[in-house]
Amino acid sequence: MPEPIRLTIDGRSVEVEPGTLVIEAARRVGIKIPSFCYYEGLSLAGACRMCLVEVEKMPKLQTACTLAAAPGMVVRTDTPQVAEARRAMVEFLLTNHPLDCPVCDKGGECELQDMAFRYGAAESRYREAKHHVPEQQWSPVVYYDRPRCILCYRCVRVCDEGMGVGALGVVNRGGRSEIAPNRGDHLECDECGACIDICPVGALTSGMYRYHTRPWEMAHIGTICAFCADGCKTTLGVYHNRIIRGNNRDRSGLNGEFLCIKGRYAADFPHHAERLSSPLVRRDGRLVRATWAEALALVESRFREALASGAPIGIIGSNHTTNEENYYLQKLARQGLRTPHLDHPRTGDLPALMAAVAGREAALARIEDLYAARAVLVAGADLAQQHPLLSWQIRANWRHHQARVYVVSCGPVREDRYAARSVRVAAGRELEGILGLEESLRTEPELVVVFGEAIQGEQVARLVAFGDSLGIPVKYVCLVDYANSRGAADMGLLPDLGPGYQPLERSGMALDEMLECADLAVLWIVGANPLAGGVRPPARFLVVQDLFLTDTARRADVVLPAASAYEKEGTVTNVCGEVQRLRGAVSVAGAKTDLEIFTLLARRLGLETGPVTWEKLLDEISSSVPGYQVSAAALRAGVPQQVRPPRQASPSRRGKVRSARDTLFTSGTLGRYAAILSAVREAPGELYRG
Amino acid sequence: MLHPEPHPAEVVLLTRRFRLRDSASIDTYLATEGYQAFRKALAMTPEEIIEEVKKSNLRGRGGAGFPTGLKWSFVPRNSPKPKYIVANADEGEPGTCKDRLLMQYDPHSLLEGMLIAARAVGARAGYIYIRGEYRYLIEILDRAIEEARRRGFLGRNILGSGMDFDVYTHSGAGSYECGEETALLESLEGKRGVPRLRPPFPATSGAFGCPTVLNNVETFCAVPPIILKGGLAFAELGTPKNGGTRLFAISGHVNRPGVYELPMGFNLLRMIHEVAGGVRGGRKLKAVIPGGSSCPVLRAEECDVAMDFDSLARAGSMLGSGGVIVMDETTCMVKAAARILRFYAHESCGFCTPCREGTRWLATVLTRLERGEGQPGDIEVVRNVARNMLGRTFCPLGDAAAMPASSFVEKFREEFEAHLEGKPCPAEEVAIHA
Repeated sequence: MPEPIRLTIDGRSVEVEPGTLVIEAARRVGIKIPSFCYYEGLSLAGACRMCLVEVEKMPKLQTACTLAAAPGMVVRTDTPQVAEARRAMVEFLLTNHPLDCPVCDKGGECELQDMAFRYGAAESRYREAKHHVPEQQWSPVVYYDRPRCILCYRCVRVCDEGMGVGALGVVNRGGRSEIAPNRGDHLECDECGACIDICPVGALTSGMYRYHTRPWEMAHIGTICAFCADGCKTTLGVYHNRIIRGNNRDRSGLNGEFLCIKGRYAADFPHHAERLSSPLVRRDGRLVRATWAEALALVESRFREALASGAPIGIIGSNHTTNEENYYLQKLARQGLRTPHLDHPRTGDLPALMAAVAGREAALARIEDLYAARAVLVAGADLAQQHPLLSWQIRANWRHHQARVYVVSCGPVREDRYAARSVRVAAGRELEGILGLEESLRTEPELVVVFGEAIQGEQVARLVAFGDSLGIPVKYVCLVDYANSRGAADMGLLPDLGPGYQPLERSGMALDEMLECADLAVLWIVGANPLAGGVRPPARFLVVQDLFLTDTARRADVVLPAASAYEKEGTVTNVCGEVQRLRGAVSVAGAKTDLEIFTLLARRLGLETGPVTWEKLLDEISSSVPGYQVSAAALRAGVPQQVRPPRQASPSRRGKVRSARDTLFTSGTLGRYAAILSAVREAPGELYRG
Repeated sequence: MLHPEPHPAEVVLLTRRFRLRDSASIDTYLATEGYQAFRKALAMTPEEIIEEVKKSNLRGRGGAGFPTGLKWSFVPRNSPKPKYIVANADEGEPGTCKDRLLMQYDPHSLLEGMLIAARAVGARAGYIYIRGEYRYLIEILDRAIEEARRRGFLGRNILGSGMDFDVYTHSGAGSYECGEETALLESLEGKRGVPRLRPPFPATSGAFGCPTVLNNVETFCAVPPIILKGGLAFAELGTPKNGGTRLFAISGHVNRPGVYELPMGFNLLRMIHEVAGGVRGGRKLKAVIPGGSSCPVLRAEECDVAMDFDSLARAGSMLGSGGVIVMDETTCMVKAAARILRFYAHESCGFCTPCREGTRWLATVLTRLERGEGQPGDIEVVRNVARNMLGRTFCPLGDAAAMPASSFVEKFREEFEAHLEGKPCPAEEVAIHA
């Protein structure tokens, strides 16, 4: 540890590590130095000049955001000169500002408003004509209003440094300077909206949120994003039972302030016009509306017939339902309906990894490890397209800690740009590529290995054996596609493994087998769309439970409208095995949560008696599923809880692993119902696009 | 503008080849001790070269007046990174037009100065960043570079010494701000011409993040005589701490405007009345901007001052880049101030708040005042806005705009007030009766 530095700020002694900026040192002792362009984690700008402070022995005022603390430095932030400088900067910023706060989206959460309130003068002496520039639309997501812009360059820097995209720049000069897309008049980017979120004023606004509501009119509900498996926290802004936007400005989740287009703007799918609002039953070959009682009675009768005749029942679970729902479904299937035929669309070979690292407490990386590890290996995945949070974490790790990044892939990926080594291999040869890096990897102090579906089955065990041979601590992330893909596998929605990857005495049919099996009396598909574009499975009776009339639901005999992740409580587990809590933000008429549908059916079949709540189920999971000893209290407080690999686990020997290979702007079936995802121009793709 | 004969008060050192036939050609240069200083430098150690430059008391001719030898000594010679030599030929300060004559009439002296600097710090490449409007000079420089390459003064293994060095010209694109050294480097690297955060300074992290010697054209041109005749000889031409001669560009209301090479510390009034032939039309001297438009203006009675960095600082102004702008009694100071501020508003790069907004505000108010549309309080606004900019902008451009604004208003307040009160411009009255 280097010697700490002691300096004085406003008469208070502060001790900080060498290299600490004065603005940060002040924050440590509760002294707030105002700033616009300074932004933690981004490069220094020194552009807005709001943070000027007096420093003894320096004739001019200094910018606290660029000045490193030095031993014995004496800083004053509370002098008349500093107050006057701040007043002057606010006055300068407001000279050409339109002062259209009453109709500005940012009103109420605008940093310029706050600064003018705290540090500005009550009156402006500026009497000149303002320079007006018409508003510009750069993409379906991003709008830019130059007169409101204070040119802090946060947007330019977050796009370049944070996202690794660099879609924004500055054109013209002096008072005519403008932020502009580097492509000229439009954006070709991730459309993540980071630029909009980071904008301290209302210069950048989003096509989804603008002019819909005021910040203080919304309810703000923090939950977990419903799309990919990274498990970002998103705070949904809800106005009149509609989700207007998502953000994570308070950085309260494991994603910090990061969100991609899906987390910020794709949360409108619950309100899609095609959302199912009542059960459907097939009459005379057509699906027609029915009451819940009619539909459930029909399903009940088919299940009873099957149970009575001993004919097989098949169940396909979901990558989107909660842990509690998945746990309950497998219990209902195995103990209630007494069927072993249970599976879900598997997108990564989790059982193989769990079997290979069984009993090793520290073998699974957390999201934060990707930011902290000295070295990261990404194999067979285009993280920027499929796991944008992981990509962001690794990029930040490289920028802030000079982490060494290794890439093994069959085509270019964003990580190539800063990788210590990038290896190109033919698809399917990823493991060989990794083995070829042995000499370099051996010199690393530690390693996190992130691998996609390219490595599965036997190869996973070989990968872990290789990791063991390096003689350094190695952690793993097995990539899976969706919000609770991990939880579906963990809860045992598998033909030959129960919760916690425990082998079963009697194994059942895997997904593909069920879809081809003509003997099935009932095939029950919950929140999955395995028939996209395919033919109806030969099962005698098909029940589909979903949000929309998907390709699969269209072929069903009974369709039950389910509630989405944004309409329910429970927990989900992200790609790194971190369990987090979902909170219901809205309710949609006619739909029921999957758990409610399960229990209604169970009750009709006489399999369930008492009330079932997600809390009770979580308790049961905690006490019975290996590795899932998580603290419900911590979850309630919003702290992610990582599950451990079970002490013993088996690989799955039945069924297939297939990633959907979504891009940034697709997300299986769900993505089709988010308006913004189909409106944006396809990002210049890098690799592994669907 | 070059007069056929030097003025008797001139000390021709940097300008000594200007009036020779084919002065820009390498043959003329070689016939007049050209590249002798470099040959001498090849036999010296880097430390000896820097020591000689230090002894000369040469201070940067771009405006800031930083001691050149000291600047060179900051370059970490044993850094594993490549080192670069960059000549700032972005001469953009209104009133300044000296570097262009050096490049037009004696381009090889610039190349030789850069070569000696390269020898002193171990650089292998040099760039001349030249303002886009000097297109004709780029041709002259490129020709000189080609000549030097052909004669073995640039390229690989120069004169068999084992030293490699080459020079490239790079055109600016019309931005005053790119004369600021870090903005120049950004522009040189192909980026937007906005200044960089300092530290690190260019000496340790300059062009392409590598150690860099960055000097004004005139500074480099002063190096060969220093090495050839010794630092002390150069120093003795000027005043203490202000070594050598300097090229002054005298413009405005004088009979003989032009570029004159005079010893540092030369008296400003003598410069106007003797060297430049006095105020045009026998009118009275009203004001002088002594070092380019960014320097505080001096009233006529303040002009009995020695033209060196320290004396002008004591007089409340700056030597700057040696552009002496002379204004006679017919000059409307409101108009002059408005014109200068419009220039800075146009040239502000816009990166930081006080310069971007302040220059525009000052230019707008002053232009309004100039048109007789002033409002009560305008004068205070100008003084106050200038004060709010001064010392608070990211780079010196804000100061360059604030200093003339506040000095014009403070020193000629009565004229601004007259404009405000709708009285005829005092300067116009003089003009009518003169």
